[in-house]
Amino acid sequence: MNSRRWGIFLVGLLLACTVVGWFYTPYDPNETRVAERFQPPGWKHLLGTDHFGRDVLSRLLWGARISLAVGAAAVCLGAVAGIALGLASGFLGGWWDELLMRLSTTLQALPSILLALLLATIWSPGVPVVLWGIALGNIPVFLRVTRNQVLSIKERPYVEAARALGASDLRIVLHHILPNLGGALMVQFSVSLAGAILAEASLSYLGVGIQPPEPSWGRMLREAQAFGALAPWLVLAPGAFIALAVVGFNLLGDSWILGRERVYKGE
Amino acid sequence: MKRFLWRRTGGFIFTALLVSFATFFIVQVLPGDPALLMLGTEASPASYARLRRELNLDQPALQRYLQWLGSFISGQWGNSWRYSLPVRELVSQAFPLSFALALLAVALAALASLPAGMYMAVRPHSPSSRVLSVLTQVALGMPQFWVGILLIQLFAVGFHLLPAGGFEGWQSLILPTLTLALPRTAILSRFLRAGMLEGLGQDYVRTAQAKGVAGPVVLFKHVLRNAALGPLTAAGVQFAQLLAGTIVVEQVFGLPGLGQLLLNGVFQRDLPLVQTVVMLVVLVILAFDLVFDLCLGLLDPRIRYE
Repeated sequence: MNSRRWGIFLVGLLLACTVVGWFYTPYDPNETRVAERFQPPGWKHLLGTDHFGRDVLSRLLWGARISLAVGAAAVCLGAVAGIALGLASGFLGGWWDELLMRLSTTLQALPSILLALLLATIWSPGVPVVLWGIALGNIPVFLRVTRNQVLSIKERPYVEAARALGASDLRIVLHHILPNLGGALMVQFSVSLAGAILAEASLSYLGVGIQPPEPSWGRMLREAQAFGALAPWLVLAPGAFIALAVVGFNLLGDSWILGRERVYKGE
Repeated sequence: MKRFLWRRTGGFIFTALLVSFATFFIVQVLPGDPALLMLGTEASPASYARLRRELNLDQPALQRYLQWLGSFISGQWGNSWRYSLPVRELVSQAFPLSFALALLAVALAALASLPAGMYMAVRPHSPSSRVLSVLTQVALGMPQFWVGILLIQLFAVGFHLLPAGGFEGWQSLILPTLTLALPRTAILSRFLRAGMLEGLGQDYVRTAQAKGVAGPVVLFKHVLRNAALGPLTAAGVQFAQLLAGTIVVEQVFGLPGLGQLLLNGVFQRDLPLVQTVVMLVVLVILAFDLVFDLCLGLLDPRIRYE
């Protein structure tokens, strides 16, 4: 199996888990059963139970929805702003370009996690903090990708043709440049989503992300760390879920690049 | 070169000022009242008004920003609200540990990615190259705190070789350094591989080989020097990610560094502490960015004249 198929397979698996977890989990993810604490993986609990006797598989499936939704929403927010600014920067050029690139360098010096921690100080820890931290962190990324693409696309003959026919700037940007950004933006979206899942997990692990009792992969690892020697499955399962999700989206992004290169070479 | 140096340094100062403005804006101007944060919601209106005056909150935001910037630059970082100690004292205790950790991780990542990236480029189709390539993907996917927890389980709890947490001397830095360096090694070796693969196909490489230059000389002198541009260009962003990773990794290993100070500040809503630590971290990130940029200029004269 090549990396493209692995990417599609892993992301498909993740989406399937999310949808299944939405409608069905083997147990109530938040129900505590003290008598069944620290059950190792077995037929009754496929991935074991935690220190409150909660079923790990159910919590992982339920948590997938939140991790994915927060990540996707944050990347979408950052992408919309970044693409709009990138179009402006690349198409207008000159003074605007200079200013927007400076602002983007500024935001780049503030990693998502640092932004989220700043926000968590004045708001309280929770989903909005993660959402805005990741969204702001993604603006410069999408700005740069869009700008570089626009710079190369706006020199192409069909843009010149449109201009010769008297198309307005806005029409050229919306009808001729934006549709041709698709591929590069898909790659970035996939890679950014992988990064967002990692960032959300890290923030939830630090305790400023998704708050208990709602299960999230990062939070589960935070709680499991103390019981690592006693119940290794508590540490292994959530980490493996995060890793598979991130690798999946990364591979999916890479395979887009490979696919496009093949198209250019006429294969 | 002199003009290049001045321009890049000017850019550094400009960006640092913008970041300081952004940080100040987020903390002091966004919805959420610092005085209310400090006192809690049950405070009497009189003490609330007094605190607002003490914190200069009744003055315009721009004026407060300039005051804060002035005192930050002159090294007066104020007192931490919760520890009742000068922020400067807290930071100077925590900074060396975090900085050493970050430097060690950068050095390790650079040293390890060099042979890995070169090998993957020189023997792209060998089985071990494929294994390395899969390993880099996995290393990029594993969350750092998970890697840290697993390393603790293995080397501290399992084999009793290294301390599990806290700072007890240089041994305490081994596992955190490995944890931090792992994803950076993966990404730098991928960049290096891509750059070298591109370089190996260039005409000047074929010319060098054709005129009988020894294989290793071609590899190091012609290919590597050009291929190093890719990883170095990415190094600034990578270093920012690495410092962000330090915050998480310090938490995993219970190291008393800047990350832990920052996190305590966040949970206790200690605005002066958080603001100062964030500003310092960003300054370090920007300074490294500047250094990498200047290295790039030394390596590739074309960049100096852009």
